[in-house]
Amino acid sequence: MHPAPSVIIFTTFSGLGFGLLFWLGIDPTPPTGWVAFVFWLIAYAMAVGGLLSSTFHLGRPERFLKAFSQWRSSWLSREGIAAVTTLVAMGLYGLGLVFFGTAWQPLGWLGALGALATVFTTSMIYTQMKTIPRWNMNLTPAMFMSYALAGGALLKGNITMAIVLLAIAGVVQVFTWVMGDKAFENSGTTMATATGLGNIGSVRAFEPPHTGTNYLMREFIHVVGRKHSQKLRIIGVVIGIVVPVVLLLLPIGHWIALIAVASHIAGVLASRWLFFAEAEHVVGLYYGKR
Amino acid sequence: MTTLPNLTQKKLGLVIDLDTCVGCHACVISCKGWNTENYGAPLSDQNAYGADNSGTFLNRVHSFEVQPTGDEAAAQLIHFPKSCLHCEDAPCVTVCPTGASYKREEDGIVLVNEQDCIGCGLCAWACPYGARELDQAEGVMKKCTLCVDRIYNENLEEVDRVPTCVRTCPSGARHFGDLGDENSDVSKLVAERGGMDLMPEQGTKPVNKYLPPRPKDALPEFDVLAPFLEPVAQEAKGFLGWLDKTLEKL
Repeated sequence: MHPAPSVIIFTTFSGLGFGLLFWLGIDPTPPTGWVAFVFWLIAYAMAVGGLLSSTFHLGRPERFLKAFSQWRSSWLSREGIAAVTTLVAMGLYGLGLVFFGTAWQPLGWLGALGALATVFTTSMIYTQMKTIPRWNMNLTPAMFMSYALAGGALLKGNITMAIVLLAIAGVVQVFTWVMGDKAFENSGTTMATATGLGNIGSVRAFEPPHTGTNYLMREFIHVVGRKHSQKLRIIGVVIGIVVPVVLLLLPIGHWIALIAVASHIAGVLASRWLFFAEAEHVVGLYYGKR
Repeated sequence: MTTLPNLTQKKLGLVIDLDTCVGCHACVISCKGWNTENYGAPLSDQNAYGADNSGTFLNRVHSFEVQPTGDEAAAQLIHFPKSCLHCEDAPCVTVCPTGASYKREEDGIVLVNEQDCIGCGLCAWACPYGARELDQAEGVMKKCTLCVDRIYNENLEEVDRVPTCVRTCPSGARHFGDLGDENSDVSKLVAERGGMDLMPEQGTKPVNKYLPPRPKDALPEFDVLAPFLEPVAQEAKGFLGWLDKTLEKL
């Protein structure tokens, strides 16, 4: 799949933002006043910024309101509804904390639930794709959820929770790669089933439909980015998981925390880039490519 | 609504004969010609006369080489037209967030209402066949309409009320009809020739069927003079014979 920057930024930052909103929502002793304002500013900048970034890959972004209508069948529509519900609930909850110093707790719980739902529905947009075997497995939502919860805890400053969740996210990520590497073979889709010609003999793409490229090839066949995938996986886990955990185990200060957060974000961006670049769509088989 | 109908009254679709397709791409051109000036937005090209040209097509013809296994049979070249298969369980429809994609209850045609399309591209991601392309000029998703503006069009002569690819095909490799009616010509053709689904394991239940190439026949011995023309000398003699033996020994 084409690793579009808009979608990588969207999944990374909205994951972090909604992760932070989850921890803010369930906090029994939430911050108030200026401290609350700064937390909410960070969370909304990431969550809303990520969502806005995702609109850049739309062909007709001005019609986005229509996307809230098909919640009965579409995970993208459900994601939109979950995101807006969360942002409204947590916005009101934050309003009470920042300006009135009171915690309207049910709004916080609703927002926390909504934040989880938003990350889950985002992950299901990818998980539902049978055409992309690497994504079409239960580990995909687990990976998105564990990253969001770990990143959120890190931003919130729940140090013990962040260490535990980062470790879990790291394990889930490694499993996702190991299982994902076998997914295409296990899916059973081959050039033989794609063309239906397998019972005659071995099938080879002889001539493509055209000499140039097309939308399908640009969107679904991305070979270049996979070249350094093993190195990038190591980089992703080291700077995304290992470095933040080690820093959190040190006597913590704000500056060290900032470095831990920056390192985590860079690591997640690298892993998320691979999530798209390594994903192979079955339509590539018609072009003799993957 | 982007939920799928439980049952469609008809299952209109194409039957494509891989045995007779000659790979001339006439269906590709007539499809582009008809559909760029009829249903919905035009099918745009980018940099059409430059080095890096590309464009939106609803029908493309691939060519595959198949090497038969086992014996020393010659490789076969199979031309393979590919367009929307109007699946019964169309994954492109259910992923649509706006309701722009839908499958018609009356005839099973999968269409895009371009006024509602936000161009998110998810339906193209969900289609295993590469049947949907996002038009780069219009920003909306384009796909085969089964020439919905021809097949019911009473302004056209009856012979023309079929998809333009079917009307154009010079080798009779494309057939159009109701695959839900087992007595229709296309259904009979599918039954007779062992019509198949593409990627059945994807669970899309395509309506369009492909007729596999017929087995190649073996060339019989037809030349009555051939037995008399068998090589007379089985072993090389003279200088060449000596050379052959000498080189063999080296």
